[in-house]
Order: sequence, then structure tokens, then C-alpha cells
Amino acid sequence: MPQEKTNTLLIKTPEGIIFSILLAGPVTRFLAWTVDLAVIFVASSVVGAMLGIFGIVSIDFAHALSILSYFLISIGYGILAEWYWRGQTIGKRLLRLRVMDVHGLRLQFSQIMIRNLMRFVDSLPAFYALGGVSCLLSRHAQRLGDFAANTIVVRTPQIAHPDLKQLVSGKYNSLRDYPHLVARLRQKVTPQEAGIALQSLLRRDSLSPRARVELFEQIASHFRSIVEFPDEATYGITDEQYVRNIVDLLFNVSHHKKRRKPRRSAQVVKQGSVK
Amino acid sequence: MIIDLQKFIEGEKRYWKELERMLDVIENEPAHRINVEQVKRFHYLYQRTSADLAKIMTFSSEPEIHRYLESLIVRAYGNIHEIRKKAHRLSPLHWFFNTFPQTFRRHSRAFCFSLIITFCGFLFGGLAVSFDPDAKEIILPFAHLQGDPSERVAHEEKAEDDHLQGIKMTGAAWYMTHNTKVSIFAMALGITWGIGTLILLFSNGVILGAVTLDYVLAHETEFLVAWLFPHGVVEIPAVLLAGQAGFVLAYALIGKGERVSLRMRLRKISKDLITLICGVALMLIWAGFVESFISQYHEPVLPYTFKIGFGVVELIVLTFFLTVSGRNLRRKHAPRKDKYPPH
Repeated sequence: MPQEKTNTLLIKTPEGIIFSILLAGPVTRFLAWTVDLAVIFVASSVVGAMLGIFGIVSIDFAHALSILSYFLISIGYGILAEWYWRGQTIGKRLLRLRVMDVHGLRLQFSQIMIRNLMRFVDSLPAFYALGGVSCLLSRHAQRLGDFAANTIVVRTPQIAHPDLKQLVSGKYNSLRDYPHLVARLRQKVTPQEAGIALQSLLRRDSLSPRARVELFEQIASHFRSIVEFPDEATYGITDEQYVRNIVDLLFNVSHHKKRRKPRRSAQVVKQGSVK
Repeated sequence: MIIDLQKFIEGEKRYWKELERMLDVIENEPAHRINVEQVKRFHYLYQRTSADLAKIMTFSSEPEIHRYLESLIVRAYGNIHEIRKKAHRLSPLHWFFNTFPQTFRRHSRAFCFSLIITFCGFLFGGLAVSFDPDAKEIILPFAHLQGDPSERVAHEEKAEDDHLQGIKMTGAAWYMTHNTKVSIFAMALGITWGIGTLILLFSNGVILGAVTLDYVLAHETEFLVAWLFPHGVVEIPAVLLAGQAGFVLAYALIGKGERVSLRMRLRKISKDLITLICGVALMLIWAGFVESFISQYHEPVLPYTFKIGFGVVELIVLTFFLTVSGRNLRRKHAPRKDKYPPH
């Protein structure tokens, strides 16, 4: 049975861990190539102008150097950049792409050379048409050069830690007053449901006001259907605040535990003062 | 169940950061060596981060942490599980006198095939011109070759001084770059299961055959040999070697009779392809100089006997180099028993 084309490549390590690698599509790669083309053009122009100095000695020699420098830059740029930056050129760095071995192993120099030399065929008949078609049809979005060199081009998006403090920020959570319901909620909610609630809060500012209201209304009603808190705990709070409180309960256990300690010490102080 | 994400991140972050720092050093400083203790620590961090990834996959659906850990594991995995030999320090002389000719001989069948295809093209071009002189206009793409050979010879032999003064270096650079591009193309076309390489070599042979027969029929054989020999004895074998590389690639793609996967077959020949094409590039640099500085000069500026003699010496040296160089070294070392590198 033919395997389906996806935008991720799954690799299973001997430790039993499966990790996925995001594959880059032809459009992003084409944009990166355009940037690289501009870099080659600028570098060739600068080097050509510098080599023009040799025209004082011999114009013939200067012309020859200019031809050779353009050839070497156009072929060598991709090879050297990908070797030095471990699978990246300037265009790929800007577009957050990286060339990798298809098995997730260390990229070898011969692989880099082959995939770059194969550009002669991939660029046929013009504008990387053959390479683009191959990229679209290939299961791992490989152009012919990648195929011959056993390489893939992956996306390396910027990784940011979720700012949970921004979401919960130590505000009073009326739902915490019902620990038995909190325990039931934590037991019943799946990681996927929790993830949806967290992501909706993290991305809430990118939503239009109407969509934001509708989204949090749906999420809140879903969580209400899982565990129903008493009316006095939810009275007067919006759906968004409700979801925020749910996320606080699900992801912020330490906050919950930390809050208990001062209460105990406060009781001790109170008892002491009574004495 | 859902883990306490914040506590989890705070507890494990320092291990992730430590792994990230080690990876940066390993990746950015290829010459950097790490000692046994550092290797153990690196392995521990890799396993710990792997366990964290497994935990977060099972207990939480937080995608950003998931992706962050995956990116660390991807990088560490490549370094820990890579068992292919690291590239040796660059040794150009050893590579040129041993690796290159050995690689050529290892794939001698592909070279023979390349030679046969070019020879077929040569015969076709020669026969086409000898039976139908009008075919010359279609077969020969260069304007200076389409005229009468005797007229060209008379014109070239009129020049008594350095008629190429001021353009020799430019010409040499152009020959080098153009021929190298054609050779890379011949190798790269191997990806079309060798069909593209075959067509390219055949068409090259057709042009060569047409020119040869055209000059031979015009009784200008001496001029032809003196013109083509000095650079042709290196340039033509170089293109044949590029075709050889193309057929090596094609053979790996087809994989007839091989019981290993396509990826493994391609991995096995990758270094050979690079060796062949780099050797071809060096040969074409030499041929470019010779074509510009010797081949384009004719009698009375340069005697034909000198040019032909020069070409003969080159041919002998090249044949000796490709067939003999590096043989002793190979015998000294034990033959490789493993047909395929371990993966």
C-alpha cells in the first residue's frame, strides 16, 4: 500500500522515542532559493569589482578571474554555506529551513555536494520547475538532489516556552474552593482538551472580538459539561475567565500547593496571638 | 492525567539548556573533541530529554514544549547514533594519487559503457557527415566548424604571430567553466536512470565524429589531430568520467540484483560520485589551459609534431595514472569485507 504524503517525517529512536520533523514545502524553499540567488548575485558583483583591480596588470587576467569567481561562487556558495552552517544557507536561515539527513543522522559533506550539484537537473527547464514538481510529488518533499543525496529540508520554527504566569498571574480562582471538583476535572479532562484550552488563551489576542467570544463560549460550555461547578463559583465571570480558571487548575498544581502553606502558618500565628 | 507543566519545565529546563549548549559546541566546532566524561554526560542528557519528551507526549498536549524537546532530540540523535566514519582531514595529494584513480577503476564497467555510448555517437556522426554532407549544418552547433575545413586550415595557418593575445586567459577560464558545467550535468542526469547521461554522451560523440570525418575527408587529418589532441586527450576522457559517474548513479537507482534498499545504495556511491566529479573538474582545468594556450595555435607558430607529441605524452601519463596509480597502496591494506557501510 503506498504511503501517504505528509508534511512531517517520523523517526523512531532505539530508545523508543518517536519524534517528528516538519518538512519544508516547495514554496518556502523557492523563497529561500530566491534569497540565495540574490546573495550570489551580490557576492559575485562585489568580488568581480574587487578583481577588477587586476585589470591594471592585465585585462585578460581580470576577465578570466571574473568568470572563474562567478562560477565558483554560484556552485560553491550552497556547498560551503550548508557545510559551515550545518545544512543552512542565508536564505534557509531567514526562512528557518535546514537540510538534514533523511534518517536524522549527521549531514555528510558528500551529501551536501551531491544535492547541490544535482541542482543542474532540478533547475530544468527553468525556475526549478523539475525540482518543484518532484518536491510536490515526493512523500518527503524531496527534489531530485535530495533524493540522490538522501537528504530532506526541514522547518525549524522558533521555539518559545508558554508564558503560564501571564495567564494565571496569581489572581483569585473561585473554582479552587471546590477541591473535590478540581480533582474530578483533572481526572476527566484529556491532554488534548487541556491543550486546546491553553492554546486558545495563548492566542486569544490574535482573534477578532466576535470570534474570541464565540470560541471561549464553546470551550467553556464543553468544560462545564465535563464537571459542573456550583453557580456561586461561576457567578459573574465571563466564559474567557472561566476557561482561564480551568487552565489554572489543570496546569498550575504547584501554585495551588504553594497557596496552602501560608494559610497554615497564618493559622499558627493566629493561634499564637490568641494565646 | 495532566502534568504540572510549570513545575515540570522549571525542574527540567537546566538539563535541556545543558544539552543545547553541548550540541552548540559539537555542531559549531567540528574539530572540538569531547572526553569520555563529557560523552557520558551527553548521553545522559540525551536520554533524560528523551524521557521528558516521552512524558510530555503522554501526559500533556503542550505543542511548543513538545516541539522544543523534539528539536533537541533531533539534533542529539544525529550525533549519538551516527556511526559512519567522520571525514578524514583533507589530504589532497593522497586523494588525487590514490582515491581518485581507485574510484575510477572500481567503476570501470560504467566507464566502458560511457566509452561505448560515445563511440556509437562518434560512428553515427561520422557516417552521417560522410553520407550526407548537408547533415553537418544540423549536427555541428558551432559556426566556425560549418565551413570548409581546408579554408579554415588555410586561414589559421596564415597567422604568424600570437593572434589570441589578450583573450587567452579569458578563453581558458571559459573552457574550464563551460566544460565543468557540462560534466556536472552529465553526472546529474544519471538521476533519469541514466537516460539523460546516455543522450548527452551520444550527442557529444556525434559532434566529435562529424568533425573528425569532415576534416579527414577534406585531407586535413594532421591539422585535426594537432588541433584536438593536446586538450582532447584530457577533455574527452574527463567527459567520459563524468558520464561514468552518471551511470554509477543510474545503476544505484536501478539496483539490479542488489538486495539492499535504494537509500543504502545511494549512500554507498555518494562519495564515489564526488570523487569522480572532483577529479573531472581538475582534468578540465588542465584541459582548459592547454586548449587556450596550445591547441588554438597552429603552424607556423607551433609545429604540429610538437602539439601531437604533447598530446601523446598526456595520453600516456593519463592512462598510466588512471590504471596504475594507487594500486600498491590498495594491496597494502586489507580488502574491505563489508560491502555496505553499517547503518
